[in-house]
Amino acid sequence: MSEEGAPIFELLDVEKIFTITRATGPLKRETLRLPALDGVRLRIKQNTSLALVGESGSGKSTLVRILLGLNEPSNGQALFRGRPIVEARKGLRAPFHRDVAMIYQDARGSLNPRMSVEALIAEPIRHFRLCAEKEIPARVAALLARVGLPADVAKAYPAGLSGGQVRRVAIARALASEPSVLVADEAVSGLDVSTQAQLLNLLADLKRTMGLTLVFITHDLGVASYLCQEIAVLYLGRIVETGPTNDVLNAPAHPYSAALRRAAPAFFEPIAEPLPGEIPSPVNLPPGCRFAGRCPRRQDDCLALDPPLGRVLPGRHAACIHPLTGSPGGPAERGDAAPSNPDAVL
Amino acid sequence: MTALLSVQNLTLHRGSRRILDDVSFDVPKGGTLALVGESGAGKSTIAVALMGLLTRAEASVEGKAILEDTGDLFTLRPRAWTRIRGRRLAMIFQDAGAALDPCYTVGGQIVSTLRRNLGLSRKAARARAVELLESVGIPDAAARLGAYPHELSGGMQQRVMIAIALSGNPALLFADEPTSALDVTIQAQIMRLILDEVRAHGSSCIFVLHDLALASQSCDEVVVLYAGQVMEAGDAKTLLSDPRHPYTALLKSCVLEIGTAELTPPEGSVPSYDAMPAGCRFATRCPNALPRCAGEKPPLVPRDGRNVACWNPVGVPKAEAA
Ligand SMILES: Nc1ncnc2c1ncn2[C@@H]1O[C@H](COP(=O)(O)OP(=O)(O)OP(=O)(O)O)[C@@H](O)[C@H]1O
Ligand SMILES: Nc1ncnc2c1ncn2[C@@H]1O[C@H](COP(=O)(O)OP(=O)(O)OP(=O)(O)O)[C@@H](O)[C@H]1O
Ligand code: SF4
Ligand code: SF4
Ligand SMILES: [Mg+2]
Ligand SMILES: [Mg+2]
Repeated sequence: MSEEGAPIFELLDVEKIFTITRATGPLKRETLRLPALDGVRLRIKQNTSLALVGESGSGKSTLVRILLGLNEPSNGQALFRGRPIVEARKGLRAPFHRDVAMIYQDARGSLNPRMSVEALIAEPIRHFRLCAEKEIPARVAALLARVGLPADVAKAYPAGLSGGQVRRVAIARALASEPSVLVADEAVSGLDVSTQAQLLNLLADLKRTMGLTLVFITHDLGVASYLCQEIAVLYLGRIVETGPTNDVLNAPAHPYSAALRRAAPAFFEPIAEPLPGEIPSPVNLPPGCRFAGRCPRRQDDCLALDPPLGRVLPGRHAACIHPLTGSPGGPAERGDAAPSNPDAVL
Repeated sequence: MTALLSVQNLTLHRGSRRILDDVSFDVPKGGTLALVGESGAGKSTIAVALMGLLTRAEASVEGKAILEDTGDLFTLRPRAWTRIRGRRLAMIFQDAGAALDPCYTVGGQIVSTLRRNLGLSRKAARARAVELLESVGIPDAAARLGAYPHELSGGMQQRVMIAIALSGNPALLFADEPTSALDVTIQAQIMRLILDEVRAHGSSCIFVLHDLALASQSCDEVVVLYAGQVMEAGDAKTLLSDPRHPYTALLKSCVLEIGTAELTPPEGSVPSYDAMPAGCRFATRCPNALPRCAGEKPPLVPRDGRNVACWNPVGVPKAEAA
């Protein structure tokens, strides 16, 4: 694979099936297949920023766990710089661990409460032997300054810090290994707007100055629009739309993206009319398009065909037979092999 | 509009820390009010204090909270509270998953709440539970009674909590960030559900929200808190479309809408309680601060159709402000 523009991550028809068991009566249990991800294709190129949005339970965290190699796909391939992720991350000091850093939503829970901030940030520096022992304090101080924390925070413990400060410590620790990819699951949700704005500016700045690639799960479309060039919208385990964030949000092609867009709070507007119906159970997916039960544009053919992600406009892809923008990208109309669509590129 | 609840000069200490400083606001009868402000502003503290969930050992309270037909909540005896909590006053917590007991079925939890609050028989409570779940839009409600909380999605868990909170037909409902863990489509659905139910019962509701746009969509009144002080309060449309208080203006400038290209948040954060200015608590970060601000607390006074506590408000000529 060539170096130029080669994707950092590539997901090829990734499927992740969890097996769950549930009691159906006294002493009776049944085993069910739960497809958390289904036919997911995604390429994440160097120095891009990608927002993952979608309904609760749509598979965003599962997708990220696959990228981190914490879950192995049940089917399909998940590649990091052209190699299977599970292979790339073998070995404690594999470059993968240095290259890909994660910020969790529960930053406080992800940090050992008995370690000082200095020790927490020094840990990855020592682990990857990034500098001589005596240079570590200076490096920690530089990282703290980078995330806008005063130097004396180094001596503090997580319990003594505010929520916003703890998030900054988690970001400093993630940056300590000098990663090229930062993956964040709801990293700014639940924070004050002013703290959130400070952290978003910090991440935007890191992306610009360090060439970081960002993968950002969020349910705030304003955050996605501000921080991420590209967006992927998930619904029930499937990526239903991809494209440049503001293009997708301003003129969605997939009816579910349109529903998301309408539901985003806007000053003094009435609260959006909810989608009719319930999100179907992932263990019992309906035939045809998985959004059909709630879709205002549904037609008879939607129940017959499960539409794959196909090109609707240059740079825009949607999994819909009757998209709102552009032309339908299903294989039936275009004749191109949409499931392995080569230009589903981010 | 008459007030259902009138909070007057509420000051609350935890030990030596003055968590709430002279907070006053009215909740209109049949109306909705949003408490907004940064983390640690005291929004949840107001809610738990008004629900009578703080013991004297935890916090000392001064001031009054007059509930129509009941009197001052802060002078109620524990016995009186058991008649009021869950019936006249009810609460929806931020994290429904944590508020529901994982060891009991959803139905069991609703039935026991109904029996406790309304004194219903087991059979009547079961029938009412099914009705309640149906009213909050849970399909196949009778079958769901046997489900454990983890078998429901986050949005469904929150709907169960709403059903429980509404089961006693409360006059006043507190909803503490009821949707912050949910995606925007479910958020819209849950907010509409709460508002529809509250209106149908003629109840009032206090929301704790961090999203100003959502507050503008759902509430009649807004109270902006900073570090336990009321900065600005009044009609949502007036206050949010044209803030007078520098802190409200700052909060509004940090709201991200689709297409927002630039954000200029203030640096720094809320001071710790040991370093709190004696006057206006926002003085350490305020772009409009005057020399007097840190030492002298501005009173909450009417200005341009809302109440503002500020010596140097936004959009007011200097001479007039002073
Ligand atoms: N370890 C697991 N075992 C069984 N099912 C799982 C497991 N992890 C996730 N799931 C299921 O897979 C689906 C996708 O879950 P996932 O956590 O990826 O969703 P999400 O988009 O991150 O949702 P949220 O916005 O609520 O965080 C859900 O139906 C979930 O219940
Ligand atoms: N149980 C407690 N013991 C001691 N201090 C507390 C307790 N609960 C809250 N506080 C303090 O009281 C202040 C107000 O907290 P509160 O939870 O009311 O804020 P909030 O406005 O609800 O914030 P958030 O937006 O983070 O929920 C904070 O400084 C907090 O540290
Ligand atoms: S394929 Fe049909 S049902 Fe599915 S999203 Fe498109 S229009 Fe709606
Ligand atoms: S101008 Fe003074 S009183 Fe007004 S908010 Fe700023 S610091 Fe407080
Ligand atoms: Mg998740
Ligand atoms: Mg709170």
